[in-house]
Amino acid sequence: MHETSAAPAPAAQHHGPPTTFISKHVFSLDHKVIGLQYYGLALVAVFVGMVLSWLMRIHLGWTNAAIPGLQAISPNGAPGGVITPEYYLQLMTMHATLMVFFVLTTAPFAAFGNYFLPIQVGAEDMPFPHFNMMSFWTTLTAFCVLISAFFVSDGPPLSGWTAYAPLSAIGKVAGPGEGMGQVIWATAIGIFCIGQLLGALNFISTVLDMRCKGMTLSRLPITAWAWFITSCMGLTAFAVLMPACILLILDHVAGTSFFIPSGLVINDQLLPHSGGSTLLWQHLFWFFGHPEVYIAIVPGMGIVTHVLVTNMRRPMLSTKALLYSMWALAFLSYMVYGHHMFVSGMNPFSSLVFSFPTLMITIPSTIVVLLWIGSLYGSKLRINSASLFALGFVSMFVSGGVSGFFLAQPSLDIMLHATYFVVGHFHMVMGVAAMFGIFSGTYFWFPKMTGRMMNETLGKTHFWLTFVGTYCIFMPFHYLGMAGNVRRYASFTDDYLQRLIPLHQFITIAALFTGSVQLIFFYNLIYSRFRGPQASANPWEGTSLEWIMPSPPPWNNFGGKDPIVYHDADQYGVRTSTGADYIMQNSPESAVVVRDGD
Amino acid sequence: MAKLLAVTIIVIAILSAIPVVMNTWKAPADISTHGHLIDNQMSDTMVEAGVSFLAAQILLAIFIWQFSSPRTDGKVKTFPGGAKGLVIAAIVLVGVEVLALGAFGSKAWAQVYFTPPGVDAMPIQVQAGQFAFYFRYPGPDGKFGPLHPEMINEGNQNLFGLDPEHDVDSRDDIVTAEMAIPVNKEIHLLMHAKDVSHSFYVPALRIHQDFVPGLDLSLHFTATQIGKYEIVCSQLCGLGHYNMRAYLEVMSPQDFDDWQKKQAAAQ
Repeated sequence: MHETSAAPAPAAQHHGPPTTFISKHVFSLDHKVIGLQYYGLALVAVFVGMVLSWLMRIHLGWTNAAIPGLQAISPNGAPGGVITPEYYLQLMTMHATLMVFFVLTTAPFAAFGNYFLPIQVGAEDMPFPHFNMMSFWTTLTAFCVLISAFFVSDGPPLSGWTAYAPLSAIGKVAGPGEGMGQVIWATAIGIFCIGQLLGALNFISTVLDMRCKGMTLSRLPITAWAWFITSCMGLTAFAVLMPACILLILDHVAGTSFFIPSGLVINDQLLPHSGGSTLLWQHLFWFFGHPEVYIAIVPGMGIVTHVLVTNMRRPMLSTKALLYSMWALAFLSYMVYGHHMFVSGMNPFSSLVFSFPTLMITIPSTIVVLLWIGSLYGSKLRINSASLFALGFVSMFVSGGVSGFFLAQPSLDIMLHATYFVVGHFHMVMGVAAMFGIFSGTYFWFPKMTGRMMNETLGKTHFWLTFVGTYCIFMPFHYLGMAGNVRRYASFTDDYLQRLIPLHQFITIAALFTGSVQLIFFYNLIYSRFRGPQASANPWEGTSLEWIMPSPPPWNNFGGKDPIVYHDADQYGVRTSTGADYIMQNSPESAVVVRDGD
Repeated sequence: MAKLLAVTIIVIAILSAIPVVMNTWKAPADISTHGHLIDNQMSDTMVEAGVSFLAAQILLAIFIWQFSSPRTDGKVKTFPGGAKGLVIAAIVLVGVEVLALGAFGSKAWAQVYFTPPGVDAMPIQVQAGQFAFYFRYPGPDGKFGPLHPEMINEGNQNLFGLDPEHDVDSRDDIVTAEMAIPVNKEIHLLMHAKDVSHSFYVPALRIHQDFVPGLDLSLHFTATQIGKYEIVCSQLCGLGHYNMRAYLEVMSPQDFDDWQKKQAAAQ
């Protein structure tokens, strides 16, 4: 079906081809290189974050275990190789900070989005390539600043990635790492926010201004929409976190009391602060924090949909319903943030008020899950590493999402707040599901980015062991939570927790095993990059614009000639003159849809 | 491989459900008057969540099994009712379900938070600080003396910052490191934090409330069974967070009187 273009002419955006090594691979203006740089950063961050989690899990299962080599790395944190309680909390804080910011926000959004968004809208690059380059280097700077917290005398902060005041605000009297470490943390996150804001600016203007001829908004691939929705959330959410971090830093270095009330006594000393509000930090943080978890998952939803549609050889039952649901999730995500604060001391009536949209958010979540499952019906599902991880995402999202039924209710939160039930919930619904989205996107787009195919046997092995392994790790977290196991404990000394220690040990073994399995993926990445079989331009028979260009694409994407788009990206399960069951977005051929009874 | 995935998903779903159905790891037994509301709500939610979980995983598995390649013949089929049916089902069924959960669940919440303590409730003050809970009883005069944070001195065991020399009401206050209460007596807990945020979590009593520096908060409850239970801190408060605990002893009224006399003598 032909549609004349209603899209504006793309803003002229040309930068010449890179000529030097530095301009090609280091300070590159090319969105594809920037995307790969983000991906590399996320790989480093996930490796560090994973090792930190191994140390945490070993300590939880075997509190007095002496870990070889750890004393050399941190003589104060692990004398004799045995992790101290404060070091456990410091490892935990850094694990969460690295994973949430530098993996889950970076890989699905900044890495894949930077690489593929301009391509999918038919543009040569983003409208502000210099801002784009700056956004990566700002993010990398934030990462380096964060890591430097390991090397200051007292180490990183121990207040968790949530950094609740006053623990995070009153300085080193509160505990090890709460002086310099906390200031470094807040600085790093503040810098990260700047990088995200720059990135969001580029993503939004790419979608609005850079679409090629024929690429109306209704023809945008679902991944482009997902990145656009995520950017809108990012712009508003990170714009709140950044000032919050600035206020926290001021409480440390400028003697202010934004988050510190009067009358606090620590080490028998009355603190000199007054006038601040403990809960203010929580409101600011969670106003960012809840949209943040949707920022982490919405790109994954887009990627998984894109991968599934290509491998099912049919469009989603309703792309529109999926899209509206994703918008609803984004919109509602700002209304629910108080569910992190049900027992926080805010007015208990507010808890009921926040509970309502939290329960309502189940509806768009259910719609997207039913659409994925319902679209499988009658499809011609192809099984490969990418589609396996996409299907695994659906399973994980269901498992992790269902525990939300409990946590959305303040009365049940009385029992489950700050227990492992919460930890299980967010690891499954956000952590593992988003990781599966990243894996799915990697296996799917690796051929395009590198010109080589990844090894399918290794990919499938990686999937099976990771799928079973992550269930073995995180499903038991829910049981621990139901038994009342409080989270963020360095070890379990309470009487009622003793019988749960064997379950913790089981989880630790599963975690070490599943973590090791990721080496298969890492090996596959490196090996295939250099020795993988050559990839064609369109190995998966996809319809969107990334598949019209060679693998890997040239520096200017479409060779200086902008594509013209005639269809949306959903032309699968169609009859064509060539016998193919799909029509690419830039093909002028009319689609004849072939469905039941045709 | 698709069939193997389908089977794996179903096996995982069933194995996940088993410990829940068998109640293998469960919360400590409820010893409160309001806890049954929470426990009932928990069971109702578990049934709904469990059914949704199993149904979704099994449906996912069945469709993976049935519709995976190789199937080069035949056309793509549409789920009966299409997207419309699924969207309506999601909105209506899930909407009703979650509204019901919310409506019924709010009753338990209201019982804890919206009903004021009775006039006869016994007031006990609790202070949370790195890394211990301390409790103050008002003594025979029934009044708490004022607090002077600048006078807190743990070395001298002046844990609450009392000034009995100048404050008459403080003279008979009883400060303890463990909390004892008489059984079947409503308790009115008055909570404040000394330094950073903490939380008061007693799984057996089905109560949970953060301590917020700068705010005076309160809870009320009634314990129905004699015994010794644990109060644990659940809001990250520093390096000793894992070890921050006090014991709650629920006693007969007589035993409680004896305990209180003994504590008063030891002040």
